[in-house]
Amino acid sequence: MYRYDDFDRQLVLERTEQFREQVERRLSGDITEEQFRPLRLMNGVYLQLHAYMLRVAVPYGTLRADQLRQLGYIARRYDKGYGHFTTRQNIQYNWPKLDEIPDALLDLAKVEMHAIQTSGNCIRNTTTDQYAGAAADEIEDPRPYCELIRQWSTFHPEFTYLPRKFKVAVTGSANDRAAVKVHDIGLRMHHNDAGEVGFEVIVGGGLGRTPFVGKTVRDFIGKNDLFSYLEAILRVYNRFGRRDNKYKARFKILVHEIGIEEVQRLVEEEWNLIKDGSLRVDDAEIAHYIEQFAPPAFETLTDDDAEFERRKAENREFANWVRSNVIAHKQPGYAIANVSLKPIGGIPGDATDTQMELVADLSDQYSFGDVRVTHEQNLVLPHVKKADLFSLWAELKNANLATANLGYVSDIICCPGLDYCALATARSIPLSQRISERFSDLDRQHDIGELKIKISGCINACGHHHVGHIGILGLDKRGKEFYQITLGGDASENAEIGKIAGAGFSEAEVVDAIESLVTKYLGIRETGERFIDTYRRVGMDPFKEVLYGDR
Amino acid sequence: MAIVKNDSVIDQEWITVDIEGDLPAGEENIIVPLARFKEERETLIGRNGGLGVQLNSGDAPEDLADDLDRLSIITVNFPAYTDGRGYSYARVLRERFGFKGELRAIGDVLRDQILYMHRCGFDAYELKNDDDVSLTKVRAALKEMTVYYQPTGDGRATAASLREQRRAAIKTAS
Repeated sequence: MYRYDDFDRQLVLERTEQFREQVERRLSGDITEEQFRPLRLMNGVYLQLHAYMLRVAVPYGTLRADQLRQLGYIARRYDKGYGHFTTRQNIQYNWPKLDEIPDALLDLAKVEMHAIQTSGNCIRNTTTDQYAGAAADEIEDPRPYCELIRQWSTFHPEFTYLPRKFKVAVTGSANDRAAVKVHDIGLRMHHNDAGEVGFEVIVGGGLGRTPFVGKTVRDFIGKNDLFSYLEAILRVYNRFGRRDNKYKARFKILVHEIGIEEVQRLVEEEWNLIKDGSLRVDDAEIAHYIEQFAPPAFETLTDDDAEFERRKAENREFANWVRSNVIAHKQPGYAIANVSLKPIGGIPGDATDTQMELVADLSDQYSFGDVRVTHEQNLVLPHVKKADLFSLWAELKNANLATANLGYVSDIICCPGLDYCALATARSIPLSQRISERFSDLDRQHDIGELKIKISGCINACGHHHVGHIGILGLDKRGKEFYQITLGGDASENAEIGKIAGAGFSEAEVVDAIESLVTKYLGIRETGERFIDTYRRVGMDPFKEVLYGDR
Repeated sequence: MAIVKNDSVIDQEWITVDIEGDLPAGEENIIVPLARFKEERETLIGRNGGLGVQLNSGDAPEDLADDLDRLSIITVNFPAYTDGRGYSYARVLRERFGFKGELRAIGDVLRDQILYMHRCGFDAYELKNDDDVSLTKVRAALKEMTVYYQPTGDGRATAASLREQRRAAIKTAS
């Protein structure tokens, strides 16, 4: 895993000092709240409904055990003993005090972490596949490129006051687990005709109030040219992106308004002028970063482990967890273990200080001290010996971290909603809890199979409802919360924006509505079909009928 | 109002002329908006006295590509500090077209953006504070950070280049 050198360390310490000084200037009244706002936002500090909120970056969703342990400490020391993992693989603290935030940032800096550019109209934390470096279906580990993007984008002097925020996601696998098609830039690793590995560059995707699936601006860019190409795209956006209307300022709107061909022309023209410049990264430099993400010291094992098989056969609960939460690893004898942060009736993505510390310890014990955060708001221990899975599961279970529901109906993506967020129009957490409770029977969940429910508490779509197989959007109608249902969304390589089913439901009705959709699916599915497959086969009408009848 | 350049406060030696109206009759140094420069290029070039151009957000710095050696100064107007287009204009002027004259940030120029402006090629800053406060702010801003990840035309060594040097030195030593 990447370790800071003295340059990285120095930069974060300087930034921490800079922010401490900015906070002092704000507290002393030297700068106004309006002038302070972009400065605090650039350090991940939001002002929410009840308190300041601190969003800490987890670059490309990769954490070391000592870092996760420190996140647990920060939850206890500066917050109310918990943190919330987000859809951008970051963690948010809901209750820090402004005058203590500089100290919290210093504690983060001690473990090579920060809150830089987790907010503001700049290039945000780069996200990627949570199984990077472990997945059996991966072309190449995307993290070396993510780290290079992290450095290129950190305090980029030209791109710190963009028209709007800018998000980059990278996948190293054909099976996209990073939702790259709904980002400002999505990079998909693949081979060109010459057999070289490079990136398809997808631009203009995004959710929010105007959702779009991204479009390909270049089918293949070589690794050496990736950074000059990114710079060309950002320069085009910075110069030509709309600034007259906050809601039309995202890159996706520019792509939509002038068209992908014109964007391509502008980007290629710009890139041709800078591609031979100092942003060209040579093979030696790339190799240096690949080395930093070298695989851990795996043992040479056979892929079958007799003890593991015996445990599965004897313990149905363990077998169920393996079936849903354990994923194939590229190294024989190892597996990827997903740690669910979606206990039945719990708050999606929340983890307590002691849970974080436990997962940190378990990762030291079982997974080379490597932990990942997923955009679906769970944690991952990416390199676990199959022989250790049973012990790991038992320890996770004791801490309520072994819910066997990965990808199932209770594995809900959910934004903080009106319980915390200043932008929200409805609560989302209580609804996710009620849906989770309604489907609490795990056998039933396993029978239903993969079903991605995503809930947002306002049209900004932080809960990714547009790309939920079932999406739920919480709105406010004359002071009452109501919930709009969308169907058929998909965040994968087959990305689609869901369609609105019809009129919204009251808070009292919506869980029944979701259940009726599931019941309908179970009644009409063909063998092997997931909910989304059935929806694609039969379309909206049969589902609309169960929701609205003749209405 | 104060203009800070090269670690000191300098005098305002330029008159900024509007898009319309008469040009000063004498040999005053004038700065005209790009739109006027494009319209009255011949007259302006033929005039005695220094010539500069002001770029506003939405302008194309490319429009000045053939005339840069005639211009002593280009001012880039930041209508609000949140409007970052001027950073791109500065880099295009310096790095693509090799503009060597003064590049001055005007408008909503605040302390916390000055380092980024400098990294993009600005060498002068017009602040709304008095002389001493302005100079103090620019000095503090320019030394706030010492590690730079991105190569720009500002001549600062990037972390990548310093790492490379270090690796080369270790290689030579061993």
